[in-house]
Amino acid sequence: MSGHSTYQPQGAFMKWMERRLPIVSLVHSSFVAYPTPRNLNYWWTFGGILSLMLMVQIITGIVLVMHYTPHETLAFSSIEHIMRDVNYGWLIRYLHANGAAMFFLAVYIHIFRGMYYGSYKDPREVLWILGVIIYVLMMATGFMGYVLPWGQMSFWAATVITNLFSAIPVVGETIVTWLWGGYSVGNPTLQRFFSLHYLLPFAIVGVVVLHVWALHVVGQNNPTGVEPKSEKDTVPFTPHATVKDGFMMVVFLIVYAWFVFYLPNYLGHADNYIPANPAVTPAHIVPEWYYLPFYAILRAIPDKLMGVIALFASILILAFLPWLDTSKVRSARYRPLYRQFFWIFVAVCIGLGWLGAKPAEGGYVIAARVLTFYYFAHFLIVLPLLGMFEKTRPLPNSISESVLGGQSKA
Amino acid sequence: MIKHRAFLALAVSAFLAVPFVAPASAAEGQVPPPRVKWSFAGPFGMFDRAQLQRGFKVYREVCQSCHSLGYVAFRNLSEPGGPEFTPAQVNAIAAEYKIPDGPNDAGDMFERPGRSADRFPKPFPNDNAARAANGGALPPDLSVIAKARTYERGFPWFVIDIFTQYQEQGPDYLVALLKGYAEPPAGMNMPDGMSYNHFFPGHLIGMPQPLQDDQVTYDDGTPGTVDNYAKDVTAFLVWTAEPHMEARKRIGFQTMIFLLVFAGLLYFTKKKVWADAHA
Amino acid sequence: MTTMSSAEHTRRDFLYIATGAVGAVGAAAVAWPLVSQMNPDASTVAAGAPIEVDLAPVAEGQVIKVFWRGKPIFITHRTKKEIDDARNVTVASLPDPQSDEQRVKPGKDQWLVLVGICTHLGCIPIAHQGSYDGYFCPCHGSVYDTSGRIRSGPAPTNLPLPPYEFVSDTKIRIG
Repeated sequence: MSGHSTYQPQGAFMKWMERRLPIVSLVHSSFVAYPTPRNLNYWWTFGGILSLMLMVQIITGIVLVMHYTPHETLAFSSIEHIMRDVNYGWLIRYLHANGAAMFFLAVYIHIFRGMYYGSYKDPREVLWILGVIIYVLMMATGFMGYVLPWGQMSFWAATVITNLFSAIPVVGETIVTWLWGGYSVGNPTLQRFFSLHYLLPFAIVGVVVLHVWALHVVGQNNPTGVEPKSEKDTVPFTPHATVKDGFMMVVFLIVYAWFVFYLPNYLGHADNYIPANPAVTPAHIVPEWYYLPFYAILRAIPDKLMGVIALFASILILAFLPWLDTSKVRSARYRPLYRQFFWIFVAVCIGLGWLGAKPAEGGYVIAARVLTFYYFAHFLIVLPLLGMFEKTRPLPNSISESVLGGQSKA
Repeated sequence: MIKHRAFLALAVSAFLAVPFVAPASAAEGQVPPPRVKWSFAGPFGMFDRAQLQRGFKVYREVCQSCHSLGYVAFRNLSEPGGPEFTPAQVNAIAAEYKIPDGPNDAGDMFERPGRSADRFPKPFPNDNAARAANGGALPPDLSVIAKARTYERGFPWFVIDIFTQYQEQGPDYLVALLKGYAEPPAGMNMPDGMSYNHFFPGHLIGMPQPLQDDQVTYDDGTPGTVDNYAKDVTAFLVWTAEPHMEARKRIGFQTMIFLLVFAGLLYFTKKKVWADAHA
Repeated sequence: MTTMSSAEHTRRDFLYIATGAVGAVGAAAVAWPLVSQMNPDASTVAAGAPIEVDLAPVAEGQVIKVFWRGKPIFITHRTKKEIDDARNVTVASLPDPQSDEQRVKPGKDQWLVLVGICTHLGCIPIAHQGSYDGYFCPCHGSVYDTSGRIRSGPAPTNLPLPPYEFVSDTKIRIG
């Protein structure tokens, strides 16, 4: 059953094509015959969900651009035009705005899954780093997209985030002026953000292709962390992974639709329905929820430059994870201590997210400092030491042994 | 298996806890407004046409002298899912407004009676004129005001709201604000032209108390109380902020049914496919 | 798999087909808003409502241009000579046979109301030009007569007439 057939072109045209552009056999070997570990659980479906969300964002985005005007005097009203006059404009805009949040939700689950099962370890370091690059590009894209409606949150998010670069000694101010195209955030800023917001998703597509390529070179990790050894350990991608991914995609779409149709503004900010006003800063400015942990780290550090460095370091440190984790065992299933530290780390990230939405004062700042310290300690102290001292559980000899060893479900 | 459950439980709770509505007006001294029962709340909630029509009357006779409604067109008043005036009524309403137009052949700007395609004209020619006429305070445009105002819900309510679909923070606040005028507490320093409002962040508001009992005569016999005026005009402003809400919820319900059926079919298909693999 | 009964086979096939069919319906439902959004939006439709034009200031021999739905409408106050020229032709010999009477409102022979868009590829013809002293399209040389009928050049049909009516002697409503 799990015979991983190779593609045999049928018919004269397919044979003719195969000799010139073997695209059908490429797709066949990548998405049909591709051997998938048979014990993957549902956490492995988020890669497919992310591909779906990327396509949803690109398609709805291209449609929105047909009606949106990137100009400081027209951006806000063109959004209202979309919401009121364009056929199904409200639907497409809510799909795009909530789609960004859903995209990040899925990417966080995907990242934490990779951390739990040690999917970044040899030989998957490049695969992991490409993922970190995608994540950084997503953050940049999401931020610039949030600026486009040119509401109060848009304007002040643009101001605050671009001002991060003013922390750079000597050239900071010059760089910020260059980013703005003026002496403050204004129309030139909006127009370049629009241009880049349209461009970056295609850069993401490019890196996703590399990510999938790297994945297909090294193969998928699996919950045991033991590499497939025989054909018995794998099943062909189609139909097994395809239908499983498809099922979870639709389940994910239910959550997505819940927000789009019933709570379309829940994940946004009320202030962004107030047109941008350079004279008034909203009483309480916070980024979108998916940036909150990093925002908390930024504010936890009392020094401007160090805060910005901590912010960027907290993201970039992910790229070094394959070398910071010194353990030989991949999966947290067989690492009892790491498993506990993993959940503490998840709780710390959520805690930072909560603090990021709170005012930067009093006990919140102290809590944010403690959690920021722990965030970095997890990577720089806990993971290197765990690998040396943790007593891991015995690994199964193979995937099929672990599946048949009393566990009926993968 | 238990480990998997723990992973699932934590990840689900992570998802629930992280999304967060930032308060739009989290300034010190904001009092959470009382909940109002709205016909448009919940997954099947729809507007009450009579209420929207009454609310429009309140807007026209009270709010409009200072507050614009710039993104709303007269034609919207007769579109499905709104107050649903007849097109003839809308033409009559539009004709009562003077719309700036031009230049004409002589190069002059002029005013003409409104048409249903026009948007509501602004009461002031520009923001500075509006400020000058209102003691320095700019009366905001009301088109999306119901979405532009909220209050902080706090933990755990912001999580519970995802499931109960409570999202009427904006309208609840507006009603409370409109009814929230009171005498300032003794010893409070009241600057000239400011009023005390229990629900306005900081309590000092530039808008004088706009609504009084019996100020607007309702055509349908509804009693002319401040409470009714506040609720009716707020419902009207929820509609102007979200004119396609009824279509959204209707399509949402169809989408949900479809996705549940499709998910069920995919689940059984998946089981069949994997049953073969495990055999 | 080899031991699977044919009844089970049928049930499985039905499940697969049903799932695929429901998925296809979903894809079609998603495609509709994406297609529909490119149609004229509500504000464009509303702005396309009929317009009224006062003809009183238009002198004999004069052509005015007004816009309706973004299209130039030529309103020509024709002279006696122009009307006679338009009527002294053998209708059957025209590329797009139509009499001048069919192209104006009864009793309003002097008023010619045309959509001023060349039926070849959409350029705007120039009035009082060309060998018939009607309209001449500078893009590819289509020549229309004083009734706006195509006489020579690549355009296939006469200049179209917009829907309009006289609301009074000197006022028309277009649309």
